[in-house]
Amino acid sequence: MVTLGPFLKRELRLLARQKADWLNPVLFFLIVLSLFPLGVGPEPNLLRIIAPGVIWIAALLSVLLAAERLFKDDYRNGVVEQLVASRQPLLAFVLAKLLANWLSTGLPLVLLSPLVALLLNVDMASFIAMVLTLLLGTPLLSLLSVLGAALTVSADKGGILLALLILPLYIPLLIFASAAMEAASMALPYHGQLAVMLAMLLFALALVPLAVTSALKINVS
Amino acid sequence: MFKWLHPYAKPETVYHLCGRLMPWLMGTALLLLLLGNIWGLAFTPPDYQQGDSYRIIHLHVPAAIMSMGTYSAMAIAAFIALVWQVKVAQWSVLAIAPIGAVYTAIALITGMAWGKPMWGTWWVWDARLTSELILLFLYLGVIALSGAFSDRQTGAKVASLLAVVGVINLPIIHFSVEWWNTLHQGASITKFAKPSIDPSMLWPLLISILAFKILMLALLCVRLRTAILVNEQHRPWVKAMAGD
Repeated sequence: MVTLGPFLKRELRLLARQKADWLNPVLFFLIVLSLFPLGVGPEPNLLRIIAPGVIWIAALLSVLLAAERLFKDDYRNGVVEQLVASRQPLLAFVLAKLLANWLSTGLPLVLLSPLVALLLNVDMASFIAMVLTLLLGTPLLSLLSVLGAALTVSADKGGILLALLILPLYIPLLIFASAAMEAASMALPYHGQLAVMLAMLLFALALVPLAVTSALKINVS
Repeated sequence: MFKWLHPYAKPETVYHLCGRLMPWLMGTALLLLLLGNIWGLAFTPPDYQQGDSYRIIHLHVPAAIMSMGTYSAMAIAAFIALVWQVKVAQWSVLAIAPIGAVYTAIALITGMAWGKPMWGTWWVWDARLTSELILLFLYLGVIALSGAFSDRQTGAKVASLLAVVGVINLPIIHFSVEWWNTLHQGASITKFAKPSIDPSMLWPLLISILAFKILMLALLCVRLRTAILVNEQHRPWVKAMAGD
């Protein structure tokens, strides 16, 4: 059994050297968010109403942007092939990818959320709900994008295909996350939505790594 | 125990089996389709609330049921393809996907046509409509993914994996009308309770559902035979059949 440590260290070192890989999606997230007030008008009440959906759609798009390159380099330079050939369990590699992906794309969104709340005129109650849904939802988003990236790693035209694969699976998350934020803005309890999101996260965490390892093996053989 | 199944993993056997079954399946399907639809569209009494416009049920409900049924058939084939590496199962995943996509599209379009007079709108973002739309995207994803690889074998395997992952959506669609309070009505036919639909309307509906089911199998036979020929074109038995 290979431990997680070395893989994670390698992923983080790669991220530290290729800053564009994780900086670009974060910048993209902020740019998409700042486009909405320009597009629909700067009316504060309108912004507050559309904020939940806008935030979550921007989050998805930025994670998608990062997803395409997840396994590409490791596939091209033969790392994936060597790992499959070495007959060591791929699970540690996949989990390290997952964790690094969340740290580089999910966590920045959570950290940026105060700024987003300011930009979109979100009140305090919805802001707390936003942070909670982002904390529960972005790991799930990472799981889905790792899965999509693993499925399409050797495909000729990965980009748009990745979106087509991930979007259908992402819709339940979008519905519950924005429902939680909407309930919070009306001062209603939203524990139910959070519980469902947590359930989805745990379920995906249990099964997605298995699907990812077998997808990588199929792509290599 | 399952030794009798083994010959059916051989493409040649499946090809001939499909060839033998196809005319019967297709004939039965067309007969039942005509019977169910003519009976349902012309000879059932109008609904006391919805008048004549409810008659689209005879297309809408069978297509909707089979959009999910076809997906589960595809997922089972995909599971067999992944676990036991049966080639025929892999090809049948790709053979089923377009059939399911068309059924889903029929369910969505007839649903829209039914929604316009009843709800006053073509489309609402209601739980069941949304999840059925997601199902269509899943089918399209499987089809697109299978075609995205230069190696056909890899494409088929990856698409199978996606089909298995997408099964998660089936219970969501099925129970969406019960979990969320939505515009779409609940199920009229269930196994356990007495159906909430009059017998005079129920019988043609059941015949239509059966017809869609058999039609799916017939189309699957046609598409699977083509897939087998394409994938096995260099094998001796195909060459012998083609006569060179």
